[in-house]
Amino acid sequence: MRLNVTVNGEPKQADDVWEGESLLYVLRERLGLPGSKNACEQGECGSCTVYLDGVPVCSCLVAAGQAEGHDVRTVEGLADGDTLDPVQQSFVDAGAVQCGFCTPGLVVAAHDLLHRVPDPSDEEIREALAGNLCRCTGYEKILDAVRNAAATS
Amino acid sequence: MTSATSPTSTTPVTTPARTSEEAAGGIGSSPVRPDGTTKVRGEFAYSSDLWHEDMLWGATLRSPHPSARITGLDIAGALAVPGVYAVLTHADVPGVNRYGLEQPDQPVLAEDVVRYQGEPVALVAADHPETARRAMERIRVDYEELEPVTDAQAAAEGKGPAVHPGGNVVRHVPIRRGDPRATADVVVTGTYEVGMQDQAFLGPESGLAVPAEDGGIDLYVATQWLHVDQQQIVAALGLPPEKVRLTLGGVGGAFGGREDLSIQVHACLLALHTGKPVKMVYNREESFYGHVHRHPAVLHYEHGADRDGRLVYVRARIVLDGGAYASTTGAVAGNAATLGVGPYDVPNVSVDCWGVYTNNPPCGAMRGFGAVQAAFAYESQMDKLAQACGLDPVEVRTRNAMSEGTVMPTGQVVDSAAPVAELLRRVRDMPLPAGPSGEPDLRRLPGGVSNTTHGEGVVRGVGYAVGIKNICFSEGFDDYSTARVRLQAVGGEPAATVQTAACEVGQGLVTVLQQIVRTELGVEQVTVEPMDTSIGSAGSSSASRQTYVTGGAVRAAALAVRKGLLGRVGHVPGELSVSGGKVVSTRDGVLADIVDVLGDDVLEETVEWRHRPTESLDPETGQGTAHVQYAFAAHRAVVDVDTELGLVKVVALDCAQDVGKALNPQAVLGQIQGGSAQGLGLAVMEEIQTDGGLIRNPSFTDYLIPTVLDMPPMNIDVLELADPHAPYGVRGVGEPPTISSTPAIVAAIRAATGKPLTRVPVRPEHII
Repeated sequence: MRLNVTVNGEPKQADDVWEGESLLYVLRERLGLPGSKNACEQGECGSCTVYLDGVPVCSCLVAAGQAEGHDVRTVEGLADGDTLDPVQQSFVDAGAVQCGFCTPGLVVAAHDLLHRVPDPSDEEIREALAGNLCRCTGYEKILDAVRNAAATS
Repeated sequence: MTSATSPTSTTPVTTPARTSEEAAGGIGSSPVRPDGTTKVRGEFAYSSDLWHEDMLWGATLRSPHPSARITGLDIAGALAVPGVYAVLTHADVPGVNRYGLEQPDQPVLAEDVVRYQGEPVALVAADHPETARRAMERIRVDYEELEPVTDAQAAAEGKGPAVHPGGNVVRHVPIRRGDPRATADVVVTGTYEVGMQDQAFLGPESGLAVPAEDGGIDLYVATQWLHVDQQQIVAALGLPPEKVRLTLGGVGGAFGGREDLSIQVHACLLALHTGKPVKMVYNREESFYGHVHRHPAVLHYEHGADRDGRLVYVRARIVLDGGAYASTTGAVAGNAATLGVGPYDVPNVSVDCWGVYTNNPPCGAMRGFGAVQAAFAYESQMDKLAQACGLDPVEVRTRNAMSEGTVMPTGQVVDSAAPVAELLRRVRDMPLPAGPSGEPDLRRLPGGVSNTTHGEGVVRGVGYAVGIKNICFSEGFDDYSTARVRLQAVGGEPAATVQTAACEVGQGLVTVLQQIVRTELGVEQVTVEPMDTSIGSAGSSSASRQTYVTGGAVRAAALAVRKGLLGRVGHVPGELSVSGGKVVSTRDGVLADIVDVLGDDVLEETVEWRHRPTESLDPETGQGTAHVQYAFAAHRAVVDVDTELGLVKVVALDCAQDVGKALNPQAVLGQIQGGSAQGLGLAVMEEIQTDGGLIRNPSFTDYLIPTVLDMPPMNIDVLELADPHAPYGVRGVGEPPTISSTPAIVAAIRAATGKPLTRVPVRPEHII
């Protein structure tokens, strides 16, 4: 099938999409946007989190066809040119990035949280990020990063 | 000595004041990691992100049985699927169809038998992953199922059918010290079990193999040791080493799970066979079958002590289930045995450790590597001893704590700092978290927002543990790293590059190597080149060794470059050094800009660097100076347990660790936090459950790892007691925090519940 979807503000088209492909697969393998990650492909790890019409979703659980005509924003669409989004900058500065495989999903989830709750409590941060697994950091520096981003933005 | 983090701190607080001699971004500081920006932008190229024009997708058909004879194999149906380019079996392996880290006992593709569920049997290359999957369904394999060997204890005793021709004992390690018949006034015994833990790195096994015009292959892959992969691939492909070139793809975590081969030979076979680039990416289920796990263990311990709780003897029998293939079972058994009594001074020791073959999933390296299993048992025993002697758990440990000068059960004398008692005192003296007050916040209670309790039935407990780990490769292994450092003027500024084959797996090695070069060459601009096999081996990103060994190699290469640079200045009064891009004399201050000394020349040095040698263990007595360095961490855990439902909330997990020298304090904290979290996982949730050799939970739905809701804030004390034998005094950091975290949490649950809890992970039914 042919898929039309707006990604990071630009209209995109993908041809020969098999009906069983996920939005994640199309982003990664057909649209040249591998930033969203494929750690579990069953909605448990959050590494593939993207905005779909402004709502964060696990793109591995969205059939590509469901995104037809919709608006997708990925981790690649958060920075303003060379200037990182404050959440991205905080992740770098706080040491919240080790292997970084969870980072794109966590950055999108944290970006969404701070959009909804500009000054979250620790409990609110933990609850908002509970769907994103990280195996390297023990989460402490991710919490630091979100607190710092909240304080500076 | 660096200071503690507070749970609410928002900035790293371990950054020490920089002295004037230190280069900006040099050792002791925490500069941002060079790959940080690309990682947060989603632009960092992990091995699963690689793409090539005209590439195919590879897939692996695996055995559904833990033990079976293959009586027939028909690939015709798969070959007939449109879009399929190759279907390969063991008959297509041109070289030796065997590989393995310690012994080549594992087929690249199964021949006449399969020895575990998930063993690779055939490969497919196709134009789409779904085409490959459908083609695999059309491969017909006839199996004659056999009764799997699943009892590791029986395997150690030589009972039951042999999984491999040589029998089921991969290695037996005896350790004997002092009087084997020593007696004591106080005796405590126990049998403990450790479940099979998974590394659960987030980046799946993946890579891209590209056939080259010279008949060779270029492989881009996520791994922990490029050169040991290359050796094994070369043997299987029957190609000379120069025709098998590896480049590190971006690695999404490792933790030991990437030491063994996964897609490496398979992707190369498919690419060479089709003449096209082939990409392979496991999904999460396949990943559970596609790498080795932490050895499950059964450990029988007897501790004898005097009435004051001073240890007289320790006797132990440890059985590690290595599963179907050896992988690193021998070395894991060596660690469990030599570190089997823990960080304690024990005059009389008798330990026997067996690593065995079964038809369970293959087990090998995971962070802590044998030390984790032993620590759960010996620390549980120390708590039992404390109880038997009427002592506090910290007191019984400090009375027996080893220190510098202690003789290990192997006869090895500990010849650098071993602040075991100090680490315990530090965690004991940290502030305790506040108890519940007022209306409880569900999110802080066991069960969380599942709303299973509002505090009723919830009991708090506190537990302690301390652990020991060997750093670097042991038992006489020639453990070295190769580094090349280049210095030149670029655009009027001095610039250095550093090249090694050391795998950045997330730990931040790339940052540390930059820091070392900045410090030694006084140059801020340092580029780390891609890791590949065009330079000599760096050894494995394992055993907490890369900062020590590759750090040592880079330092040595940088010092050689500096010597060359200063040699060009000629003889001048005073002692020369480099700082801030300038050559400086102790007498006359700044003498010259480095760029002016260099001119158009490039200074380059390549160094192969070794740590001091170790000895093998005597096979009868286990005596020998087998380890390079010992490292220690202690934890205090505080838990709230819902005693009615058996749910556990870890409220605090505090840690003290000696790191010798914190080259990058922020990264050190990251290792301690992440390592402690993996220990928490083993304590209360993580286990690959097997039944008759079959994995029951190969997914992140059923294999749980800690989330941000499970991991409490940590107080951390980092000690820096330099090891005079190590570069900069460093002591390996990555593994120790994974070792003591688990037993501390279980001790806390015991304190809350009074239950014996002899098995990890602790499940609700163990508590209620």
